[in-house]
Amino acid sequence: MKFTVDWLKKHLDTKFNNNQIIDKLTNIGLEVESFESSTSELDTFIVAKIINAKTHPNADKLKLCDVDIGSDKTIEVVCGAPNAKNGLLTVYAPPGSIIPKNQMKLSVSKIRGVTSYGMLCSESELLLSNESDGIIELKNNKYKNKIGEKYFKNTSEKVIDLSITPNRPDCLGVRGIARDLSAAGAGKLKINKKSNLKYRGNQNINVTIKKEKAQGCTIFGSCLIKGVTNKESPKWLKDKILSLGQKPISAIVDITNYVMFDLNRPLHAYDADKIDNEIIVRSSSSGESFEALDNKKYILENDMCVISDRSGVLGLGGIIGGTRSGTEYSTKNILLESAYFLPRSIRKTSKQLNIDTDAKFRFERGIDPLSIEEGLIKASELIKQICGGETSNLDVKKIENYKKTIINFDPFLFEKTTGFNVENKELIKILEKLGFNVSKNKKILKLVVPSWRPDITQPIDIVEEIVRIKGYEHINTSEPVKTRLKPTLNYYQKLFHFLQRSVASKGYLETVTWSFTDSKINQLFKENDEEIPIVNPISSDLNVLRNSIFPNLIFYLKKNLDRGFKDISLFEIGPSFKGKNPGDQLTVIGAVRAGKVSRLSWNDKERIVDTFDVKKDVIQSLCEAGIDKDDIVIDDKTPSYYHPGKSGGVYQNINEKNAIAYFGEIHPNIIKKLDIKTEGLVIFEICLDYIKESKQKIKDSKPEYKFSDFQKSDRDFAFIINKNFKSQELINMIKSVDDKLIKSVRVFDVFEGENIPEGKKSIAVNVTIQSEEKTLNENDLDNINKLIISSVESKSGAKIRS
Amino acid sequence: MSDIKKIKNDYIDKLNTENNIEKVNNIKSELFGKNGIISKAFKKLGSISVEERKKLASDLNNIKDELQNKISIKIQEIETKEINLKLEKEKIDVTLPERNIVIGKIHPVSQVIDEISSIFSEIGFSVEEGPDVENEYNNFTALNTPDNHPARDMHDTFYLDNNKELLLRTHTSPVQVRTMLKGKPPFKIIAPGRTYRSDSDQTHAPMFHQVEGLHIDKNINMGHLKGCLNYFIKEFFEVDKIKMRFRPSHFPFTEPSAEVDIGYEINNGKIVIGEGNKWLEILGCGMVHPNVLKNVNVNPSKYQGYAFGIGIDRLGMLKYGINDLRAFFETDYRWLSHFGFDPLDVPSNYRGLSR
Repeated sequence: MKFTVDWLKKHLDTKFNNNQIIDKLTNIGLEVESFESSTSELDTFIVAKIINAKTHPNADKLKLCDVDIGSDKTIEVVCGAPNAKNGLLTVYAPPGSIIPKNQMKLSVSKIRGVTSYGMLCSESELLLSNESDGIIELKNNKYKNKIGEKYFKNTSEKVIDLSITPNRPDCLGVRGIARDLSAAGAGKLKINKKSNLKYRGNQNINVTIKKEKAQGCTIFGSCLIKGVTNKESPKWLKDKILSLGQKPISAIVDITNYVMFDLNRPLHAYDADKIDNEIIVRSSSSGESFEALDNKKYILENDMCVISDRSGVLGLGGIIGGTRSGTEYSTKNILLESAYFLPRSIRKTSKQLNIDTDAKFRFERGIDPLSIEEGLIKASELIKQICGGETSNLDVKKIENYKKTIINFDPFLFEKTTGFNVENKELIKILEKLGFNVSKNKKILKLVVPSWRPDITQPIDIVEEIVRIKGYEHINTSEPVKTRLKPTLNYYQKLFHFLQRSVASKGYLETVTWSFTDSKINQLFKENDEEIPIVNPISSDLNVLRNSIFPNLIFYLKKNLDRGFKDISLFEIGPSFKGKNPGDQLTVIGAVRAGKVSRLSWNDKERIVDTFDVKKDVIQSLCEAGIDKDDIVIDDKTPSYYHPGKSGGVYQNINEKNAIAYFGEIHPNIIKKLDIKTEGLVIFEICLDYIKESKQKIKDSKPEYKFSDFQKSDRDFAFIINKNFKSQELINMIKSVDDKLIKSVRVFDVFEGENIPEGKKSIAVNVTIQSEEKTLNENDLDNINKLIISSVESKSGAKIRS
Repeated sequence: MSDIKKIKNDYIDKLNTENNIEKVNNIKSELFGKNGIISKAFKKLGSISVEERKKLASDLNNIKDELQNKISIKIQEIETKEINLKLEKEKIDVTLPERNIVIGKIHPVSQVIDEISSIFSEIGFSVEEGPDVENEYNNFTALNTPDNHPARDMHDTFYLDNNKELLLRTHTSPVQVRTMLKGKPPFKIIAPGRTYRSDSDQTHAPMFHQVEGLHIDKNINMGHLKGCLNYFIKEFFEVDKIKMRFRPSHFPFTEPSAEVDIGYEINNGKIVIGEGNKWLEILGCGMVHPNVLKNVNVNPSKYQGYAFGIGIDRLGMLKYGINDLRAFFETDYRWLSHFGFDPLDVPSNYRGLSR
């Protein structure tokens, strides 16, 4: 909402200066977006000084001038003026300027092979005089300190631009703003002058509001103004329209716009001679069409509120008029409309047709239904004053009467809500100045809500009015109460926190990527999940919710590889979507690792990252977050985007159905498809939701501290075993031989090939044996050795290597 | 006896110049071996007279001690020398680089969420969460924003179906609805998380982060709201003084509503929070609208309280001098390394919010 201070002062008697007004507006909830002069085409012309003028290399009559325009660098301008000389102060017009004389827009151009950035101006070009022989010579003493400043003073009045919240339609007119300011003590609201407009004759174009279920209009007021001379608006009116940032059109249109911004009362003027017999306000039927004042043709659907005559649709009520009945300079007789349209109907129609107008914006928020006559009278007076003519009696048709809103308000609610007290006297004064009618019934105030405040319906709205006008600075600052109702974080929130920082501590950079992704990449990672398209995506490559965290991670990994980074570790923790209903999402960590370990190290051999690097990262992170490593079970079944032979799933324990994590190499097909250029690429993911919370807190679940001081013994075994036999099973097999004595089993060598039969591998393990009761003698150890060998051989078909 | 003394002096001289450990050991056995000179001298003691024996034995013991002492000093001396020599040879260039360090980082958004949670934890708030996909009811209708309300235009919403029933939440406020529907008052929660709006330019991203706050109890009023936010802002920006301004505004789900500005100035091109006379809008808040309370089965004549919504990304930008919102989500390795936080840098009250 834009307006000037002098416009405001037509409604408000105030001693406040501009800055006080601005502050007050902000303090009562009318946020000031800006307060500045409206821009002028003349703003670009600036005072400049020729530093050096030399002859153009290709043209004797032209000069090449280095011009100081008040910035760091001088500008080179080609100039034909004979008086261009070193040290001359003149006026410079940069590219983009519009030259007042010929309305030409300047651009950077080459003049005889030399580029000229803008031009130096003559008085004639700026319409200051007829002097066109040379460029302007500015007086040294007046302008020497003004280089770089605007040459023309911007004389237009400063415009206040307010951002009006959707609950305040009344402040979409200057009078409403003045009323709010007066309530807040910024002045006195001026009383509207009584109209002395004389009416002649009746409004004899019949108006009918059809009683229909979907009728979007409840009141239609109108009057005829005959014998007008439409013309260009007078300067004061043009200035007002320009200050709104709009283009003046003609006196009649400008007047209706002026009244709309002045009183928040949209009007519409029809050329009465173009109306076919009568006005019918009705609901449209599908397929009807009309050409609107924005020169577009609209095809209507059912139940849109239209103003029509016998020939068809004239316009969309409260949204936009039509060209068929539009006023022109030649218009002699006009029908002026002032109506009330239902916000719901306006909103629906404008959404369907995608039209936004000032009238629509206002009706959608709620226009004062009792302002019908006021609007007609104010506009008629102005029309009479500017265009002449005779006004008919006002004709107001309605199908519904306005019902007052009454609120019984207990002033205690104010203190209860805001924490501070305002005397009843002051409170009533504020409300009355805002237009409420206040009567007292013991402690309760009976309030009649002003018709221009559709937003006020219940007591809490009254609290807001009072505290807003009184000032939020009166609210006390109470020290926060530290009472806690429950722990800050629950188990999964803690897990999130631990895992996030645990993974980062393994050298991964955390990133945050969009929750949506490109369906083409998502396709590669979504497995059996349903694709979840976004109906209105921001762009076609962010068109689905991500079914996995990897599409974005891989996409950005590639971007970083393309930037020249080789060794990259990235992870994200966030949602991955399984369906389109609320809650169909899992919290997942996805991590990628590319490149080499120990690249260009002087002492370590460099190698490509592999599955066991990420296996370590994932298992260690899980353990650090509280998962018992001894319970973890690894499986080789993984989603299809993993390398089928080089990836694994992690289970919290042997009985769990869902893997809590996967790790491994990414499938080579995906690397190829996405054209990722890297030496190695391994990934892992952890699904937080599948991790089961331990039933006991750590203080209850720590096992008894047991240790043994008896002699430990280490024994090495090497088995020849089927190639596909899993080492995890071998280890468990050995442990189960005597899980009291066997403290640990470590794989220290695995190989295939030379001396090993086809389809077999050799696994070497080191077994630590220790008793908690005694030192084992050779005999005891031999027995265990034999047991280990025989049990492994019989259960697995392995052979001990001799 | 004088013989022995002479021998002793000879050996002392010998030992003084000897630098070979083996030769020192040879001397040791020459003197103290089974047939060593000193050992023999002791054996002879038995064959002489008692008086003489006493004197001689005492002298002999002194000589023995002196020599043994000398030998052990010598051995130690030689060993030290040898070790030092060995160590000297083993010297390496310790200025050569260590094995490769790979440093991981926590994203600024995560760090700021942890900072915020830590601050609110101090004054008794717990953390709640809600889904990113919401239904129309929780995101709008329950929050007193019916379909025909122009306030909906302020939220450019991503929809998942043509009936506009399912959407990506445009703010974290639906967590209020979920929290109150599933529990009984009092409520004292914050809810950080992802939020989505379909606009995208230099200062807007289609996804961003908010933290919602909600405190409902019997007597919670706007003074508590002011106190809570004042505490939070001061703690978050780690300044002693903060200039803060509550300005009336409008949100359908709170009434009265306010926007909160903090004072700042630009010093050497950097924003300084808490000083100066410029205002920066950082959050929206208000008293929860009675209609919202009714919608979630909380009796508004018994319970009341406040809610607020803060843009997390923007707070982070202000605190850590990050200029470009879009960069948060572009996964540029250089940016993440530069603006990321050490994983051990966990914001907490006792260790301090940030280093």
